[in-house]
Amino acid sequence: MSAETLSSTDYIKHHLQNLTFGEKADGTWGLAHSAAEAKEMGFWAVNVDTMGWSVVLGLLFLFFFGKAAKRATTGVPGGLQNFVEWVVEFIDDSVRGSFSGRNPMVAPLALTIFLWIFLMNAMDLLPIDWLPMLAATITGDSHLFFKVVPTTDPNATFGMSIAVFFLVLYYSVKMKGVGGFVGELTLQPFGKYGLPANLLLEGVNLIAKPVSLALRLFGNMYAGEMIFILIALMFSGGAVLMVAGGVLQWAWAVFHILIITLQAFIFMTLTIVYLDMAHQEHH
Amino acid sequence: MNINMTLIGQSITFFLFVWFCMKFVWPPVVTALEARRKQIADGLAAADRGKHELELAAKRATEALQEAKQKAAEIIAQAEKRAAQVVDEAKDAAKTEGDRQIAAAKAEIEQETHRAREQLRGEVAALVVAGAEKILRREVDAKAHGDLLEAVKNEL
Repeated sequence: MSAETLSSTDYIKHHLQNLTFGEKADGTWGLAHSAAEAKEMGFWAVNVDTMGWSVVLGLLFLFFFGKAAKRATTGVPGGLQNFVEWVVEFIDDSVRGSFSGRNPMVAPLALTIFLWIFLMNAMDLLPIDWLPMLAATITGDSHLFFKVVPTTDPNATFGMSIAVFFLVLYYSVKMKGVGGFVGELTLQPFGKYGLPANLLLEGVNLIAKPVSLALRLFGNMYAGEMIFILIALMFSGGAVLMVAGGVLQWAWAVFHILIITLQAFIFMTLTIVYLDMAHQEHH
Repeated sequence: MNINMTLIGQSITFFLFVWFCMKFVWPPVVTALEARRKQIADGLAAADRGKHELELAAKRATEALQEAKQKAAEIIAQAEKRAAQVVDEAKDAAKTEGDRQIAAAKAEIEQETHRAREQLRGEVAALVVAGAEKILRREVDAKAHGDLLEAVKNEL
């Protein structure tokens, strides 16, 4: 998106708006062309860019890992297999370290979470205007909204954390039974006479898991994206600012490599820990 | 930043990805890793075994060498002993032979001497008898004095 034709505020707002597909006010279905329009669409709308990129990146991950898995040999591993094995062993170690129960789903879940989130976060490292401008050129709509980092969309992060939350509920009930799970929520820590207080505390505790999981990732990535947008604004401010912007963008991108990996790792580790708690019988 | 259907879509996608990963990605990789780990462990164990066997073989070789050396030394000692024995035997035989020869020579010499003496005695007796005959030709009757002459001859 060229900044000359827009004010800074518009530029920032433009970059923070998803490409939303839904039912417009006049009853037809289509893409929203303004933030207000997107808001009006309500719940029954889809952020096409978020969904698209997350699916593409997820498929990319599954494609390469599936390829390596299909060809996995016990002999000397090739480059791709080597990398895949390295990642798998790293995840396996993390799961072994934090998860004490027995569940063949947890390790693949952790692997998917880590790599998917990492790839989605890594989209942040691409210069912020490249893909939106490419999309605008292809569609011929110079005002097209296009966010390429799915994890800066709370829908994506909450979507994942709610999925994890359902897994936690499912395994809690499966491992402890409905009675055990309800008992855990209501009979601790004050015994049966403190039931309302117990329910409040444990309920908050339970709900805090998916909320914190999603908001942590979203907040980090949103803030990082915001700084990239602000740095990108410098490119329209003359030669000196442009050079400074280039240096800053590079520096922030290098620092961001740490953040995107760390956030993916934290999401994965907390998921493992929550599932571990779901599997454990309370004493 | 509106919450909308994307939320549900994302959850469904997430479950699908996890399912795929659990079904097609994780098991083969982990199986391959486990199999390779076992291969390497087996290889290392085999290497250890080989090393151990090598050590044993070296020990056996040293023992065999020592034994061979000892045997050689024994054989040499035996040979030396035998040689000394042979030499001694030879010495003894030579000595015996020498003694025998000396004894034989002595006996021969004695015999010779005896024979020469007998011969000389006979000759001297003959000479004495001849001299006495010449001196006592007339007076001495060979027949009458034969006994005397014989006595003289024996005295010589």
